[in-house]
Amino acid sequence: MHNDMTVKIVSKNFDIKDSHKLEVALKHGRYSSLKKQFSMSPQEVTEEVYESGLRGKGGGGANTGSKWRLMPREHEKPAYLVVNADESEPGTFKDRQILEYDPHLLIEGMINSSYAIGANHAYIYIRGEYVFWAKRMQEAIDEAYEAGYLGEKVAGYDYTLDITLHRGAGAYICGEKTALLESLEGKRGHPRLKPKQQETEWFFGGPTVVNNVETIASVPFIIKEGFTAYRKYGTHCSPGTMLFGLSGHIQNPGVYELPFGCSMKEVIEKVGGGILNGKKLKALIPGGSSCAILRADEIDNITLDYESVAKNGSSLGTGGMIFLDEDTSIPDAMKNLFEFYHHESCGQCTPCREGTGWVDKIMGKILSGDGTMADYDKILDACKMLNGKTICVFAPSVAYIAESYISKFKDEFYALLKD
Amino acid sequence: MSEFKFSQENEDKFNELLKRYPEKASLSLPSLWMIQYQIGWISPESMVFLAKRLDTSPIDIQSIASFYTMFNLKPIGTYHIQVCKTLSCNLRGSKIITQHVQNRLGIKVGETTKDMKFTLSEVECLGSCGTAPMISFNHDYEENLTIEKVDKLIDEAQNA
Ligand SMILES: Cc1cc2nc3c(=O)[nH]c(=O)nc-3n(C[C@H](O)[C@H](O)[C@H](O)COP(=O)(O)O)c2cc1C
Ligand code: SF4
Ligand code: FES
Repeated sequence: MHNDMTVKIVSKNFDIKDSHKLEVALKHGRYSSLKKQFSMSPQEVTEEVYESGLRGKGGGGANTGSKWRLMPREHEKPAYLVVNADESEPGTFKDRQILEYDPHLLIEGMINSSYAIGANHAYIYIRGEYVFWAKRMQEAIDEAYEAGYLGEKVAGYDYTLDITLHRGAGAYICGEKTALLESLEGKRGHPRLKPKQQETEWFFGGPTVVNNVETIASVPFIIKEGFTAYRKYGTHCSPGTMLFGLSGHIQNPGVYELPFGCSMKEVIEKVGGGILNGKKLKALIPGGSSCAILRADEIDNITLDYESVAKNGSSLGTGGMIFLDEDTSIPDAMKNLFEFYHHESCGQCTPCREGTGWVDKIMGKILSGDGTMADYDKILDACKMLNGKTICVFAPSVAYIAESYISKFKDEFYALLKD
Repeated sequence: MSEFKFSQENEDKFNELLKRYPEKASLSLPSLWMIQYQIGWISPESMVFLAKRLDTSPIDIQSIASFYTMFNLKPIGTYHIQVCKTLSCNLRGSKIITQHVQNRLGIKVGETTKDMKFTLSEVECLGSCGTAPMISFNHDYEENLTIEKVDKLIDEAQNA
C-alpha cells in the first residue's frame, strides 16, 4: 500500500526469489539490452545516455553522458570503467540492494557502459565492510564469465570485457573518486589535486570513468527502452528515478525507488508511514549526512529532485534521508557527525585535519555544559578555516553543514551555553 | 617471530591477480586482505614479505596498511564486535547496544577480553542505516538489533 508512489526500473527484480542467480536473472530480462547495444556504435550508446539526462547517483548528480563524452577515442594506454561501490556516506544504503538482489543488472550496465567508453577492463571498488556483498558480487561475476557474458567475445559479439572486484578496507574518503583511484593503484586513499580543465579521471595513466553502482545499473533500461522512455519519469532537469533511503526516526525505514519530483511531505507520509511512533518531525537531512540540515518548517514545498532541494537550501546528495523527531537534540546530532568527519578526514590538508577536530572538540565542550558564547563563535571560525584551501570538497562541505546546524537551531545551542 | 609466507592458496591467488591489474602496486590491498585472513592480523614480518613481493619498502606497506582502519596492526580477539555509532544508528539506540556489550564482556570500546575471545569497537556508518541499530559480528551484519539478539550472539560464541 505504501508503495504506490514507487516506480521500478532499477529495483524491478528485487522481490523475485533468487533474483541474484543468473538463471533467474535471465528469465527476468537481464542481459537483454546487449543485442541492441551491440547494434549501436560506442558513440551512439554514449549519446543515448547523454540524451536520457541520467544523473550520477553517488551524490554529485553530474550528467553521466557528459562525463562519458570527455573520454578520448584514441589513447595510448587502455581506458577503464571503475564502479564506485564504496557506499559510506552516513544515511546511504542503496547500492548494497543492487549488489544483493540484482548483481547481474550491474554487470549488464557495466557491459553497456564499458563498451560506450571504449574500456575492456572494468573494476568494482567495494567497501571492505561489505563482505557478504563482495561475495555475492563475485559469484555473479563468476557466473557471467562461465556463461560467456564476460571475457573474450562478450555474449558472442566481437568485444572483450573483464571485470575485477576490488575490496577497500575501511576509509570513507575512498568514496571520493580520485582517492578511490589512488587506493585502486595500491596507495593510501588521498584525493588528488583537481585539474584546471574538465577532463576524465586517470587510472595508471589510462583515461577512466568513475560512476556509482546505481548510475551504472540505470543504463540497461535506457539502452533497451530508449532515452525517451527514461525521461517519462522524473522532471526535465532530474529525469528518471532514484533509490531513496529512509532512516532514523521514520516508521518504515528502507530503500524505495521513486521518480524524481515527488513531494517530500507525501513521501514521508505515504512511503515512510510518518515519523516513528507518531512523533512530530523536527528536522531532516535530505541526502546523506553531507547535506545541510532542514527544519521541518522548511520542507513544505520541496520535491525530491536536485533543483528543488537546492533551491530550498540543501542538496539531494545520495537520496539517503535521515529523519530527526521532536525529541532529538540537534547539538547531539551535530557532535555525532563531527566525530565522523574528524575521524574520516584523510589528513592531507591542515585546515581540514585541524578544523574537523576543532569543531568536534568544541561541540564536546558545549554539550558538557562548559561552553560559552566564545566557543559558539569559534565554530564559525573553524568553518572559515574549513572553507580555506583544500584539495577536495570534503572540508568545504563539512563547513557548509556545520553552519546549517548552528544557524538553523541557534536556540538549542544557546540554551547549552554558560553566560 | 617466524618468517611470513603466503599459503599455497594465497600464492596462487596472488599470481592470478597479477594478470588483472596494469601494475602490481594495485595488489597491496588484496594482499593485505590475504595476509589478514591467513594469520588474523598484519604482522611486521608479513609487511617485510609483502614489500619484497611488490618491489617496495616495508615502511611503504606499513604506511598503506595503517591508513585503512580494517587492517589490524596488532592481534585482536577471535570475535570482533563492531557497533555502528553514526547518526541513523545513534537515533535508534546504538549507545544502549554498546553499553550492554561493555557490561556483559567487562571491557571498554577498543579493548579485547583477557581470553582473547572478543574485541569491541565502535565504527562509523556501515551502510545499514535502514535496519538500525546494527553491528558487524566478525563481518556478518546483524541488523534490527535488540539486546536479546546481542546476548544470543555472544552466548553462541562463548559456547563455540
Ligand atoms: C568525501 C566524498 C565521499 C564520496 N563517497 C562516495 C561514495 O561512497 N560512493 C559514490 O558513489 N560516490 C561517492 N562520492 C562521489 C564520487 O567522488 C564520484 O563523484 C562518484 O562516484 C561519481 O559517480 P556518479 O557520477 O555516477 O555519481 C564521494 C565524494 C566525496 C567528495
Ligand atoms: S579536504 Fe580533507 S579529506 Fe579532502 S584531501 Fe584535504 S584533508 Fe583530505
Ligand atoms: S548509521 Fe549505522 S549503518 Fe549507517
